[in-house]
Amino acid sequence: MRRVAVVGVGQTKFGELWDTSFRQMIIEAGTRALEDAGMSGKEIDAIYVGNMSAGQFIRQEHIAPLIADHSGLAPVPCTRVEAACASGALALREAMVAVASGMHDVVVAAGIEKMTDVIAETGQEVLATVADQEWEAFMGATFHSLFALMARRHMYEFGTTEEQMALVAVKNHHNACLNAYAQHHVELTVEKVLQSPVVSSPLKMLECASLTDGAACLILVPLEEARKYTDTPVEIAGSGQASDTITLGDRESLVSLRATREAARMAYRMAGLEPRQVNVAEVHDATTISEIMAVEDLGFCKKGEGGKITEEGITAIDGPLPVNPSGGLEGRGHPIGATGIAQALEIVLQLRGEAGKRQVKKAEVGLTHNVGGSGGTAVVHLFRRV
Amino acid sequence: MHVPRFWREIPNRYGLVGTRCGHCNRVFFPPRAICPHCRRVGHLEPYRLSGRGKIYSFTTVYSGPADFKDQLPYMLAIVELEEGPRVMAQLTDCREEEVKIGEEVELVFRRIREEGEEGIIYYGFKARPVRGRSQEARPS
Amino acid sequence: MEVGVVGYGAYVPRYRIRVEEIARVWGADPEQVKRGFGVEEKAVPGPDEDTVTISVEAARNALKRAQLPPSSLGAIYVGSESHPYAVKPTATIVAEALGATPELTAADLEFACKAGTAGVQVCMGMVEAGMIKYGMAIGADTAQSSPGDPLEYAAAAGGAALLIGKADGESVAVIEATYSYTTDTPDFWRRDMRPYPRHGGRFTGKPGYFRHTLAAAQGLMRKLGLTPRDFDHVVFHQPNGRFPVEAAKELGFSLSQLKAGLLAPQVGNAYSGSTLLGLASILDRAKEGERILAVSYGSGAGSDAFSLVVKEAIERKRELAPKLSDYLQDKVYIDYATYCKFTRKLVR
Repeated sequence: MRRVAVVGVGQTKFGELWDTSFRQMIIEAGTRALEDAGMSGKEIDAIYVGNMSAGQFIRQEHIAPLIADHSGLAPVPCTRVEAACASGALALREAMVAVASGMHDVVVAAGIEKMTDVIAETGQEVLATVADQEWEAFMGATFHSLFALMARRHMYEFGTTEEQMALVAVKNHHNACLNAYAQHHVELTVEKVLQSPVVSSPLKMLECASLTDGAACLILVPLEEARKYTDTPVEIAGSGQASDTITLGDRESLVSLRATREAARMAYRMAGLEPRQVNVAEVHDATTISEIMAVEDLGFCKKGEGGKITEEGITAIDGPLPVNPSGGLEGRGHPIGATGIAQALEIVLQLRGEAGKRQVKKAEVGLTHNVGGSGGTAVVHLFRRV
Repeated sequence: MHVPRFWREIPNRYGLVGTRCGHCNRVFFPPRAICPHCRRVGHLEPYRLSGRGKIYSFTTVYSGPADFKDQLPYMLAIVELEEGPRVMAQLTDCREEEVKIGEEVELVFRRIREEGEEGIIYYGFKARPVRGRSQEARPS
Repeated sequence: MEVGVVGYGAYVPRYRIRVEEIARVWGADPEQVKRGFGVEEKAVPGPDEDTVTISVEAARNALKRAQLPPSSLGAIYVGSESHPYAVKPTATIVAEALGATPELTAADLEFACKAGTAGVQVCMGMVEAGMIKYGMAIGADTAQSSPGDPLEYAAAAGGAALLIGKADGESVAVIEATYSYTTDTPDFWRRDMRPYPRHGGRFTGKPGYFRHTLAAAQGLMRKLGLTPRDFDHVVFHQPNGRFPVEAAKELGFSLSQLKAGLLAPQVGNAYSGSTLLGLASILDRAKEGERILAVSYGSGAGSDAFSLVVKEAIERKRELAPKLSDYLQDKVYIDYATYCKFTRKLVR
């Protein structure tokens, strides 16, 4: 297998993009990535695009050729990849495999979601289709209720507090203030978070990522070709993916995501790295408890101590292991299919030294963690400066 | 949910019929067709559960889908049934202040949702705290 | 008659609304209402309950006491005036929920508040004729009343089930006889597709309830050659807490005979569930050898009277399922707004 590097990145602003359509978003993100890589576009051999629900949000299926066409890239093969909220990272993995295998040389990994053309209530109903339709959604489960059930169990088993959970939202919103592309530019306090309306107890509104529009793009080439396009290539050193039941009742545990643990294990092994070697991470904070469980499952601390290390500032942007310097899903917004790509984009910027006010000092190894639904899919990537 | 899809699962939803692996004896509810532990050597048969269990986790939903608007706020729980499997069910006839993890519950037959004013009514199970109601003798 | 009750079960929802709370909203004097109706509070169905769910729980309790497999049921009849579907039977959903399908017959019945006891008579006939071995008759309702109508103080929810079989050592009570009195008397009705019933006010009393209830009771006692003194318990249909007391007095029964089955003051009028709930309440404490008179009433109009004698099996079967008192003590009071939300009176 060839080694693979990222040589171009681009994204739209994430937010409620009233003036921008689905087609316009992908063009914007793609164009920026091509400019960043110094490519014209004719170099592209294949495209992998992550998108969860264009069929439900804009009633458009078969978006892969639509994207290739409107990007001016047809007849290049374009593949739509879906793994709920992990669609973006899965598209990245598929793109990586395409280059690593030698099947293609210059491959785009993109992600896109247009969520705000429908009213919020409909948006939440679309989100709920990631749950088990027969035995969870049928009973009235909402997307956030799944995480609420995990949160309460985490509080019960480890004494995690609502204040510790709120600190995740405070941290990530603070980081988002430093990110011009993020949806939210508002500093929060623990009090503000705790006083926001309860969505599904114990989770409050400000603990949950919003419905967002956005697109993001990466360009991958074999590592040996990377310096043709950039002085700061970033290698994808490891990739891991795992599946687990989508039904919460069938999980071994409500306080740990087996898919995260397995995907992380695969990625660490492939990269020859250990958790303590990671300098910066973008993890999947769909809710505050999601980040707390993630830092545990990724091996950054012991199971049950995610709240503690957040409280101690270990994962703050100026701490020893900054988590979600971009603002995470909570601060940056969560256009479902685009999130996994945006996470990788942030890590690439960090490893290049181009993260501006968010720059983590001496970032050599970065990790991204993208979860589908309540944990049915997890995709983990490790990046290394070369 | 369309009628045939719901109708197919009526024995499971009304009668709490799951499956049991004849090889490892694990009980699955909702039912599974393949035992994930035994796979090809597993042998699954229908198995009726008692409906008794304990709350494993719970939440109160304040913001929910259109079909459940009239019932807001409502409670959801993961219930650990006495035969082993855990299942999601709404909690009924109680408020959050009245329950805790470990609370004994029983699955009762309730109206879950309906297809508007003209569509069919979907019945199924919800979990209700036992609250020291006189202990019933177990049916033989 | 050689039929008996092999098992019985009851269910009343958890929620209650007090007369004071309803009176508060409509500007009535609660003490006057309580005196006039003999009702203090009534049972309200939760938002996820209806005649089907009430029937299922009552029937499951009856099966538990009968100690019979659900497949032994040859027939299920559900009597109600609040079946959730105008077309599609409650009885088949109940049958499926009990696990009694597919080898049985089933149907829904309507006769205002006496549809449940009509079902009892159908099962009695089928068992006596040898057509089925066991039959389940259920009376259940989530009675609807127009907001502000005096009916609102008592229209309640609840249900009970009787599992009927041949009289033998497994019967908790044998049914000695049944007698019915039926006329066409339009005292209380609801037109198709209308949400709330209408009634004839005071016309529902003498020409309605009392004429039929008294005639059925007297007819049964005459048929069996019995007098009120031969009965240990009597239970009537309970549209409120006053009518059954007056009927008892009129017939020569004492208040102590009425006591065990009188639920209306605490539960309200569960319509098709009313008489059977009262009977279940009696069976929850009756002793072997005691005789019970049960007389239902359904507007339109008619009464079914039954004479039952309690058997030894009651002692070992009574505790096999929750008693009515278990449901009655587990109650929660709600306000009028919540009551409107639960009974779908809120308009969007």
